[in-house]
Amino acid sequence: MSIELKTIATPHVPVRYFEGGSGQPLVFLHGAGGLVAGDPFLAKLASKYHVFAPLLPGYGDSEECHTLRDMLDFTLHTWDVIEALGLKNPILVGHSMGGMIAAEMAAVAPHDVTRLGLIAPAGLWLGDHPIPDLFATMPYDYPAILFHDAQAGTAMMTAGLALDDPEWLKGFLVTNARQLGMAGKILFPVPERGLSERLYRIKAKTLLIWGDSDRLISPVYAQAFKKGIKGSELVAIPEAGHMVTVEKPDQVVAALGRLG
Amino acid sequence: MKFTWFNLMPWPYLPDDFRETHHSVWVDIDSRLFDPVKSHEVYNTYLDLLEYASTVGFDAIGVNEHHQNGYGIMPSPNLIAAALARRTKDVGLVVLGNSIALYNPPVRVAEEFAMLDCISGGRLIAGFPVGTSMDTNFCYGQIPALTREKYQEAHDLIIKAWTDPDVFAWNGRYNKLRHVNIWPRPIQKPHPPIHIPGGGSVETYDFCIDNTYSYSYLSFSGYIRAKALMDGYWKRVAERNAPDNSPYRAGFAQTILVADTDAEAERLYGEHVSYFYNRCLHVYPGFADAPGYRTIKTIQSGALSQYAPVRGYANISWKELTEGGHIIAGSPETVRQRMEELIKTLHVGNIFCLMHVGNMPKEKCMYSTRLFAEKVMPKLKNIFPDYADDERFWCHPIQQVKPGSLPKEADVLAMAGK
Repeated sequence: MSIELKTIATPHVPVRYFEGGSGQPLVFLHGAGGLVAGDPFLAKLASKYHVFAPLLPGYGDSEECHTLRDMLDFTLHTWDVIEALGLKNPILVGHSMGGMIAAEMAAVAPHDVTRLGLIAPAGLWLGDHPIPDLFATMPYDYPAILFHDAQAGTAMMTAGLALDDPEWLKGFLVTNARQLGMAGKILFPVPERGLSERLYRIKAKTLLIWGDSDRLISPVYAQAFKKGIKGSELVAIPEAGHMVTVEKPDQVVAALGRLG
Repeated sequence: MKFTWFNLMPWPYLPDDFRETHHSVWVDIDSRLFDPVKSHEVYNTYLDLLEYASTVGFDAIGVNEHHQNGYGIMPSPNLIAAALARRTKDVGLVVLGNSIALYNPPVRVAEEFAMLDCISGGRLIAGFPVGTSMDTNFCYGQIPALTREKYQEAHDLIIKAWTDPDVFAWNGRYNKLRHVNIWPRPIQKPHPPIHIPGGGSVETYDFCIDNTYSYSYLSFSGYIRAKALMDGYWKRVAERNAPDNSPYRAGFAQTILVADTDAEAERLYGEHVSYFYNRCLHVYPGFADAPGYRTIKTIQSGALSQYAPVRGYANISWKELTEGGHIIAGSPETVRQRMEELIKTLHVGNIFCLMHVGNMPKEKCMYSTRLFAEKVMPKLKNIFPDYADDERFWCHPIQQVKPGSLPKEADVLAMAGK
């Protein structure tokens, strides 16, 4: 199953996107950590769907876009991408930040999304369950927050890299500034931009997928989304953290099958 | 040369094991370490020291802004500057500064700075920092990648509010104001001189050069390490075809401690310097640099945050600190030599003298301050004779009125015929 990295023009900047597989078109919006070609979840999706996974401007090798500043900009930009790709009513799936964007898209254009998959989406804030501040977290502390199995997660994240090499550090800081700098526009300092007041507009059949041991966005949030989106269904996945997509890709893709 | 006596206003009661038992001196510092009753004396002592410095020959006294910070208990520098404006005379008041992206609307800064300029009789030197990531992003919630755009708009709005004599509408991205018309207006025309603290952003160099603002490098790692950064600035000054390379286009902050002899300096000040570097600079590195706060260009230039030094400051010795130029300390002659080296190698005309350090008691601070003012400063005054007349980056006071000039009660009664 080959996954290709391509470019499509949009009114703002050229957007890089992964495309692969065949079947029903499915658009996948990545989380704040970004997406690479070798992502096991991407491969799994492509084994069943015709996947389009656009990178948010500034992610990977894509061009930055300084004119995308707020939630509405992000939401409409992603609609622009779908239009540029020539897709009509694809299955819309998003993980974490991507879930937040997908939910916003479904709320602003409820008649254009009929199947929505939200995997541990950001976008809500419960005062009693504050989400850890990833922007103030040192990279070596990420795995414990993001993975059910922190040790395996560390191996997945670092892939044998030397974290104290100055050149590596500079590269890491540049990537972080580009990617998390962009993500920060909708996630910093509190990852909430009013979605709770718009959830009622979503008309899509909605599937919520959550890792049981998500320590970034606690499964409590699954209940809040479930309550906010009429008729939504929740699939809880055991022994999986926030990175449920890479920890349990088979189960996540199997669950998405319920969207039809 | 222009010498500004600076006090960061550190909290002097951080526990001995602060570094081991606390997460960070900044952002999430334990509020229980702050004792409001003790702070009454701390604040008043610090104000007294600033006032003292104004009487011994410094060109200016300086204050700055930090939030949720154990080494800077001055979230509102304007309050301190207002107190100083009343109790000092003839010295410049350097407010370095107000982090203008944090004020909503930023005309508040235009107003308060105008008030300070009026109360002080044109003694204000205005600082406009972008602010550290700790203050701006983590304490005050500004979105890192949008901070610079917001800062730029705030700057443009403040300058227009100061200089446009007519009411105007402001339709900005971050500020929408239908009737901008600040009262009062600053004494200094077209506006008070502006100093911009920076930490190596190329964008900030250009901003200063293009607007004739002074670029201030506020570092705790001293002048030797600052060389590369300041060289970068001066290179940029040349590249951008600035009309001159006046040393007053730049300022530098340096910790300075003077005693009779080098040995006495270590004996008197060693513990306070250690307090500062080991406790006050214990900043959790996760707060040092929110992703998006620095531009890509700046990161690629290799300017990493001074708050996340590779090996940290833990247990750094007096010898390392003095030899490495983090601090300039010793006899008047030692300090003179090193200051001259600093001034000449960095080519800076404005020196922000950090003369209070860590938990230094007032007696020691006064001792060091007076020795510097009497035995060091005069010998450094004329290092740049060619630029002696460059007043573009300094305040221009008017004839000062004397505070407390109300008539006697008897004269008041006489006025009423009683």
